[in-house]
Amino acid sequence: MTSDGVVIVGAGQAGFQVAASLRMEGYAELIVLIGDEPSLPYQRPPLSKAFMAGKQDIEGTALRPLAFYESHRIELVTGAKATSIDRAGRSVSLASGRSLPYETLVLAVGARNRTLPVKGAELDGVCYLRTDAEAVDIRQRVEQARDIVVIGGGFIGLELAAAARSLGKAVRVLEAQSRLMPRVVPPILSDFYRDLHTGQGVDISLGVALSEIAGHQGKVSEVVLSDGSTCPADLVLVGIGVVPNIELAQDAGLSVSNGIVVDERLRTDDESIYAIGDCAEHPNPFAGARVRIESVQNAVDQAKCVATAVMGRSENYRAVPWFWTDQFDIKLQMAGLSGHYGQVITRGEPESRKFSLFYFRDGRLAAVDSVNRPGDHLAGRKLIGAGTGITPEQAADPSVDLKALK
Amino acid sequence: MSLFGKKQTDTASVTYISFAGDTHQVAVPIGDSVMEGAIKNGIDGIVAECGGACQCATCHVYVDEAFLGRLNPIQEDEDEMLNTTASERKPNSRLGCQIPVTKELDGLIVRTPKTQQ
Repeated sequence: MTSDGVVIVGAGQAGFQVAASLRMEGYAELIVLIGDEPSLPYQRPPLSKAFMAGKQDIEGTALRPLAFYESHRIELVTGAKATSIDRAGRSVSLASGRSLPYETLVLAVGARNRTLPVKGAELDGVCYLRTDAEAVDIRQRVEQARDIVVIGGGFIGLELAAAARSLGKAVRVLEAQSRLMPRVVPPILSDFYRDLHTGQGVDISLGVALSEIAGHQGKVSEVVLSDGSTCPADLVLVGIGVVPNIELAQDAGLSVSNGIVVDERLRTDDESIYAIGDCAEHPNPFAGARVRIESVQNAVDQAKCVATAVMGRSENYRAVPWFWTDQFDIKLQMAGLSGHYGQVITRGEPESRKFSLFYFRDGRLAAVDSVNRPGDHLAGRKLIGAGTGITPEQAADPSVDLKALK
Repeated sequence: MSLFGKKQTDTASVTYISFAGDTHQVAVPIGDSVMEGAIKNGIDGIVAECGGACQCATCHVYVDEAFLGRLNPIQEDEDEMLNTTASERKPNSRLGCQIPVTKELDGLIVRTPKTQQ
């Protein structure tokens, strides 16, 4: 008997990984991978890093060549939008009119950029980055730009600022909060990154509010702040967060909140339907809460968790979260989730630009952020995953070999 | 066709030998990494989960001894990452994403391990 197999909606990192892992696990039934972009599935991290800085070409971001999908019998449907799910009949409808039956449905539908709610946001030269096409467009615009304003001092904004600055452009970053990356790092790292960017000639403005974006003949010319001051701009890059794509699930009657709601095995309230990656609000043991995580690690590990479940070995999702960002010559690596930390211990000297922060919550190691200290990062991933006991004193003492802790 | 970035005109020959002994010889553009050479040519045995950011150790290869002296040196992040490989680290272990293919490496032979994860 052949089953209707697995249909995956969303061909980003998570969707791709489900298909790849299923075949690696020996899954023999049909696999259909549906993406709404025209390209082969590709990696997003390099778009704001190596690609933007001119160190990688856009073709190099493809996860696999076309031949991979053929040889692994993965039906890849690109440029296709899934419009509805018939849960009773177990099928997904596409905008083209095609209907795809499924045994298991995986929603890896991702997120979309939050848009600027100010006047002038529609002007030519106000750009957002999520897709490869947008990255190519922005890269060309950066080449020609003179004054670049980045709105949002988070990971994407700062990576774009670093890339544009390294190409010799005048760059100004506007952040509404009083420090950089306020949602994800503590003040000591915010200050470190402000100094890093300032030292490279990026102009950082904190605690500023936008009034509007002004233009001339439909093209952006300056950004106006709430105090009436203006920044000249012929290119505005906006990185102010994302909104999860919940509509397809919501219209099918599945529970949604800040994402598509799933249980610890990443199932929605329909046991034939999973949701993973940026769009999935899941109970995360390292957060001690229901969270949505936007990272390659989360996409890949959740995909593997679902592939394993489809193969009949269902397990709870409990991979240690990790993340990285490259800005100028600094690599920040994060293990665990540092939000709501209690005690923060510094290992190494921030002045040396090689240091780590160890976050303790209720006396237990919860997260490690490492600046140019890859050994600490990897040790951190291991310690957090195994729940190994480490004291704040051990974390602070560089002579303690973290890898040797049991 | 490349809109930006590295010029990819010249190539070097790289041979990938799987754990089972399957051999693939491909022409890899100078400047691409050993990992990219495998991925772009659909060679199994290299996974490259993080896409070449030296974050995951799933592009582990064993470099043929004859070429060891011609490789770029191992940096700290690669060295740390190599301690986390799924298959045994050996003296000739490298991460494919950290080896840029050069003219001097023409004829390079790498072996992929039994498992990457």
